[in-house]
Amino acid sequence: MSMKKVDSTGLRNWVQFLIENHKVYGVQAKEDRFAFDPLEKASDLRLDYDVTILPPKKYLQPQREVLFKFDRQGRFESVMNDESFLILGVHPYDMVAITQMDEVFTRDNRDEHYLAYRDRATIIASDVQWPSKNVFAGCMGTATGEECTGHDILLTQLRDGSTLVEARTGKGEALLAGLKGAPAPDHLDLEARRDVWERNREGLRKHQLHMKPEDLPELLDRSYDHPVWEEKAQLCYSCGSCNVVCPTCYCFNVQDDFDWNMETGVRTRCWDGCMLSGFAKVAGNHDFRPVPASRYRHRYYRKGKYLHDMMGVIACVGCGRCITACTANIANPVEVYNRLLEEVS
Amino acid sequence: MTSTMESCEKVHDIYLPEPATLLEIESLTAAEKFFRFRFDEPTEHTYLPGQFMEVCVPGIGEAPISITSSPTRSEDNTFEMVIRKVGNVTAALHAMEPGQKVGIRGPFGTTFPVDTAMKGSDLLFICGGIGLVPVRSAIDYVLDRRDEYGAINILFGTRTPEDRLFIEDLRSWRDRDDVTFIETVDNADTQGPIWAGPVGVITTLIPRLKVDPDRTTTIVCGPPIMYRFVLMELRKLSLPHDKIYLSLERRMKCGVGKCGHCQINGLYACQKGPVFKYSDIDSIKEAI
Repeated sequence: MSMKKVDSTGLRNWVQFLIENHKVYGVQAKEDRFAFDPLEKASDLRLDYDVTILPPKKYLQPQREVLFKFDRQGRFESVMNDESFLILGVHPYDMVAITQMDEVFTRDNRDEHYLAYRDRATIIASDVQWPSKNVFAGCMGTATGEECTGHDILLTQLRDGSTLVEARTGKGEALLAGLKGAPAPDHLDLEARRDVWERNREGLRKHQLHMKPEDLPELLDRSYDHPVWEEKAQLCYSCGSCNVVCPTCYCFNVQDDFDWNMETGVRTRCWDGCMLSGFAKVAGNHDFRPVPASRYRHRYYRKGKYLHDMMGVIACVGCGRCITACTANIANPVEVYNRLLEEVS
Repeated sequence: MTSTMESCEKVHDIYLPEPATLLEIESLTAAEKFFRFRFDEPTEHTYLPGQFMEVCVPGIGEAPISITSSPTRSEDNTFEMVIRKVGNVTAALHAMEPGQKVGIRGPFGTTFPVDTAMKGSDLLFICGGIGLVPVRSAIDYVLDRRDEYGAINILFGTRTPEDRLFIEDLRSWRDRDDVTFIETVDNADTQGPIWAGPVGVITTLIPRLKVDPDRTTTIVCGPPIMYRFVLMELRKLSLPHDKIYLSLERRMKCGVGKCGHCQINGLYACQKGPVFKYSDIDSIKEAI
């Protein structure tokens, strides 16, 4: 796979080339924050963003997505995405989350709806230029382009303002055709990229986890009855904000809607969250997780233990979005995990 | 932006129901009706006792429902269910007439071990209320292969005499010489039929039985509240945990281990259950 070095003008021209040839979603300023949105012109792209409000999973598992059409005569017909697109500027921690979602939706029963988006996505990852106020990816081993997979191209801005563009798949290689004139980096550039990675591993630690992430499942094994779940959850509004912004939350609900003719309609899948009351309620109103503390603990266990037991990953990538989104200020995983480490023997 | 499947390569969509027709519907109690469905297209799906299907009423939604028929008694492509009217989907099902269409996904989940652990064993079935619905599938299955199993004990409890299901089946089990069938009601003092049988919760029936703990496989299904008390009573019989099977209800929304609603701690009830071996879940906090 090849690598190119471009200056800021070269990068902008290449992004413009991408926009002219593909459907591109890129990071842009949204008032004082950042979001992935359809990218109309290269100058709108903000690779110097700290973190986006929602993770890029919204293009792979949309907030609302039609699964199939139906009619009253019992005809059902799948609806699948068939449009290719490009996501531009995905941070490494979000990339790690996407590869986890790939596993979730591929293992056991293949979710062809997710894969219809994923297989048609080209992902250009970008190393972090500005750490967000709550990021702790450095503690989770998800801070740099060296630590993630699944993307087609990696962009790394060096200290001198130039950017290294590295193809990591055949799909990515093809896009580098738009950078024909750009030189390949020399060994000093590669060293400068290693410096960026080293700096990010240290810098993306606005909260410091006092253990290795791989020790979390075992710690949680011993923490089920710890008072922290009840204490924190006393302040929980069960609003589900932490679910919505999390790049590894993928739970969903479905809803049927008739068209105006009352003959045909669609089933839609929409995001759901395990912190919302009623998430585990069955018909007849028995609720298997009736209080906020049971739901709060479940979320931590799902991230730190259950998905690990299932597929060997820690499903927290250290993006820090939940910390920022939580209105009650109870969602800092690092704080909870460090406390358990201290208090649970 | 999106396309229907005709223009896509052929893939298996795990969320797409298969059309089926309602053949028969009959009231069993004030709240429960019996349904018999047939898949419109010949299906290769086979099911075993204990499994469930996702039943879809187009435009209303989808609900996980246990199969109550035994595969030994179902005609090709048909299956039976008993559905309590408790929500939107089940209310819509109750309002249906024969000939109307539904969508079906499944069968999903684990089964009662009719062809494995139960073979050659004495059997103890403990059912509370509509917990009888999935267990009926297993009871009919073993009765159809009667000589492959040991003694058969069936305990059934309902809240009142009016809540009793499958009254014909109950009578036939009671009449058989090779089955011990005892039932109880929590409360006989109602306006309904006169009740001359035992009164009390289902756990009061357990001490009446002579059970050989080394030879017995136990099947339990009932409302969430029932399990703890039944297990406490079974403890007194010294039944090993690996010979007790529990069918647990959860919100099995997708049925394929994705949507997250049915999780019992780390286990997806739709995949690892609904039938669990007690020894596999006796340390799992959210199980019971």
